[in-house]
Amino acid sequence: MCGRPHIGGMPALPSRPDRWIETRPEGLYVRPGDFYVDPIRPVGRAVITHGHSDHARSGHGAVLATAETARIMAARMGAAAPSTQALAPGVAMAIGPVTVRLVPAGHVLGSAQVVLEHAGCRVVVSGDYKRQADPTCAPFEIVPCDVFVTEATFGLPVFKHPPAEAEIARLLDSLRLFPDRAHLVGVYALGKCQRVMALLRRAGYDRPVYLHGALIALCTLYDELGCDLGSWLPATGAAKADLKGQVVLCPPSALSDLWSRRLPDPLIVAASGWMRIRQRARQRGVELPLVISDHADWPELLATMADTGAGDIWVTHGREEALVFAARQQGRRARALAMVGREEDDAE
Amino acid sequence: MRAFAELMERLVYTPSRNGKLRLLTDYFGRVGDPDRGWALAALTGDLSFNAAKPGLIRALAAQRVAPELFGWSYDFVGDLAETVALIWPEPAVPAAAPGLGEVVTTLAASGRSETPALIERWLDALTATERFALIKLITGGLRVGVSARLAKTAVAAMGGRDVGEVEELWHGLAAPYRELFQWVEGRSGRPVIDDRTAFRPLMLATPLEDGELERLAPADYRAEWKWDGIRVQVAGDGRSRRIYSRTGDEIGQAFPDMLEAITFDAVLDGELLVARDGVVAPFNDLQQRLNRKRVTAKMLADFPAWVRLYDLLAEEGEDLRPLPFDARRSRLDAWFARVAPGRMDLSPMLPFAGWPDLEALRGNARARSIEGIMLKRGDSPYLAGRPKGPWFKWKRGPLTIDTVLLYAQRGHGKRSSYYSDFTFGTWREGQEGWALVPVGKAYFGFTDAELVKLDRWVRAHTVERFGPVRAVAPELVLEVAFDSVHRSSRHKSGVAMRFPRIHRIRWDKPAIEADRLATLESLIEG
Repeated sequence: MCGRPHIGGMPALPSRPDRWIETRPEGLYVRPGDFYVDPIRPVGRAVITHGHSDHARSGHGAVLATAETARIMAARMGAAAPSTQALAPGVAMAIGPVTVRLVPAGHVLGSAQVVLEHAGCRVVVSGDYKRQADPTCAPFEIVPCDVFVTEATFGLPVFKHPPAEAEIARLLDSLRLFPDRAHLVGVYALGKCQRVMALLRRAGYDRPVYLHGALIALCTLYDELGCDLGSWLPATGAAKADLKGQVVLCPPSALSDLWSRRLPDPLIVAASGWMRIRQRARQRGVELPLVISDHADWPELLATMADTGAGDIWVTHGREEALVFAARQQGRRARALAMVGREEDDAE
Repeated sequence: MRAFAELMERLVYTPSRNGKLRLLTDYFGRVGDPDRGWALAALTGDLSFNAAKPGLIRALAAQRVAPELFGWSYDFVGDLAETVALIWPEPAVPAAAPGLGEVVTTLAASGRSETPALIERWLDALTATERFALIKLITGGLRVGVSARLAKTAVAAMGGRDVGEVEELWHGLAAPYRELFQWVEGRSGRPVIDDRTAFRPLMLATPLEDGELERLAPADYRAEWKWDGIRVQVAGDGRSRRIYSRTGDEIGQAFPDMLEAITFDAVLDGELLVARDGVVAPFNDLQQRLNRKRVTAKMLADFPAWVRLYDLLAEEGEDLRPLPFDARRSRLDAWFARVAPGRMDLSPMLPFAGWPDLEALRGNARARSIEGIMLKRGDSPYLAGRPKGPWFKWKRGPLTIDTVLLYAQRGHGKRSSYYSDFTFGTWREGQEGWALVPVGKAYFGFTDAELVKLDRWVRAHTVERFGPVRAVAPELVLEVAFDSVHRSSRHKSGVAMRFPRIHRIRWDKPAIEADRLATLESLIEG
């Protein structure tokens, strides 16, 4: 670690990052700076990688995040949002003896990797990330480091996400074939929803997209932040006949809920990396599974570990065992942090 | 391969028949020959490979992926073909992807020792979805929920034709069916086939509605028992011998004993049964013989097949279908007396003077293997499909029993937001007193308005949830109608009903007054 030869069995050296970064029940704790990264319980000081609810919780004393993440947290939590200091991407900030930078992670709007430097050692906490292009957020940037802390949501070699554009083409093809059916697409409210909308626009789809009420606040925020989603309308209140052959977006939980009864003969679509697995799609009664994910797939996980040049890989959540195995095959030291509290299923 | 793989993918997830039809006709219309013809053959079961066993596919993947990674992935995915399709490492520069036709013809032309290298080369050239379709195709199990008949219906629909027309031609055609597609697309005439044993689409009866009988003149109609077996068409021309199901699928392979009896040149319509010394066995016995690729000598001895004849469609090349029923029946009687075929007998005509006679017969028709009465107009020619009027089926009244709703499951497609599949039970006394034991499941018989009410009731009375299933408080009585009940070792209750449906929802009746399992057991026949 940190360029020093690692000799098995020797007492740990003080500057090793596993001496100054700890896994605590609250989350990843950076001791010299006295702050946590993405804590799952209320803490005094937190650095938040992105706005998904399993990473950005309420109740912290002070929060450091990108300006977009701060806006997203405010939109989702309202008055319960912690007071947040915005840090622009790439700008270094000292928290005690630790230097902190936020660098785009390509996961959702505002998502960032947290770059931590202390005692000549650089640790990058990726949060969630992906390498595939996404019109709604800045692309992932490689930061060479000593320790790369990675997610492993799709940490099995069966996960290879096809290009999202090709999946959107399948949705448009289905609209052509079933022009009398509303296409109800289950999407996560933050990121997936807006990415699907932006991809539809890029594919030339120019009709309004209808939205479930739970998606409206964040789409409004994306509009305000200058992300072009094209025209959209609330699905609630629209006449049933007008929804024939339209794209309607809703949270995954609403797909088979009473809510969907307002739609004309809905064709159930879901956009998620999990849709790669047939059993998952079938369990949810999905008729058109679209493999669109905001997480790195297996080849991206492997490529990213190599690109960072990190000698040490720490895996936070997901399918840790396979990724740890693959990292060791690449000649890196690797271990699972066994972080708790991360959602793995629909929240993708 | 891309269009075929995408079609397979969409079919497997599309529950509704109309949705599947639309996917199929769109594919057949967009994709050229010969690929679409091979796809049709794959769907109708006329293209079967066992070029590769699952073991070979697994071994190919093992050469590319570390065993640990494969093991974790297989555990997660749960299906071998799917795991291999997904895990296959894609080369940086993929090879040219093969078309479906290329896969089919290359495989057919190559020896067993060459197949592993071929499959490996193709897997390298395809996407994950295509790899899955390829593996399913060559290991012989597409399983996309499309019957042969539905695939043929889609082809017929391309030219606005009836599926019967395609079925009639089917056994005279061969994959990739170029002349069939040309014909339905109006680019050439109807293919000419010369096959005396080709399938003749069946004439079907419509159910007799309440009050319909009074409008019919008894003298115009002939009556027979409605047998509780499966409808078959038996065809021979002295050389080939065929047994078709009602949808034109050949099922002779499962009935070698019947095939052996087809020593004649004729096409007959009848009911396939299991019979011992002329005594018909319950439907459950016949079920032992259905859907089997191979039959053992023991099965042949224990469950001997039999056909009860009721119509003669062709005799020595002469098409009798345009003749009236009475004339065909005379020809059938004469033919039977002359040929005296083995393993067959005639379905007797039921003499009657007026409808009351028949009603009395039907009322007593609780004997095994009788489902009710058939009414056929004496002057009716044999017409394909289900014309309204010439033939009626008059089923005996259903049995009913009062049960208690135990579980409800979400439906599919249009019903995916409704709890529409209902598991119900009856009372049984056990060691811990009286308890409800599940006896069946029904998902029809109620109106849309009743479904809305049932759905609301289920949501309000849920006591436990297991994924898409809810256990409900045992408080709602459902009167269930069913055709018959049989012993079953596969069910906890020891009984299985045929065609259970919700007859009435007894909002008024307390659960304690529902029937006992013993009542259901007393209705077992045979």
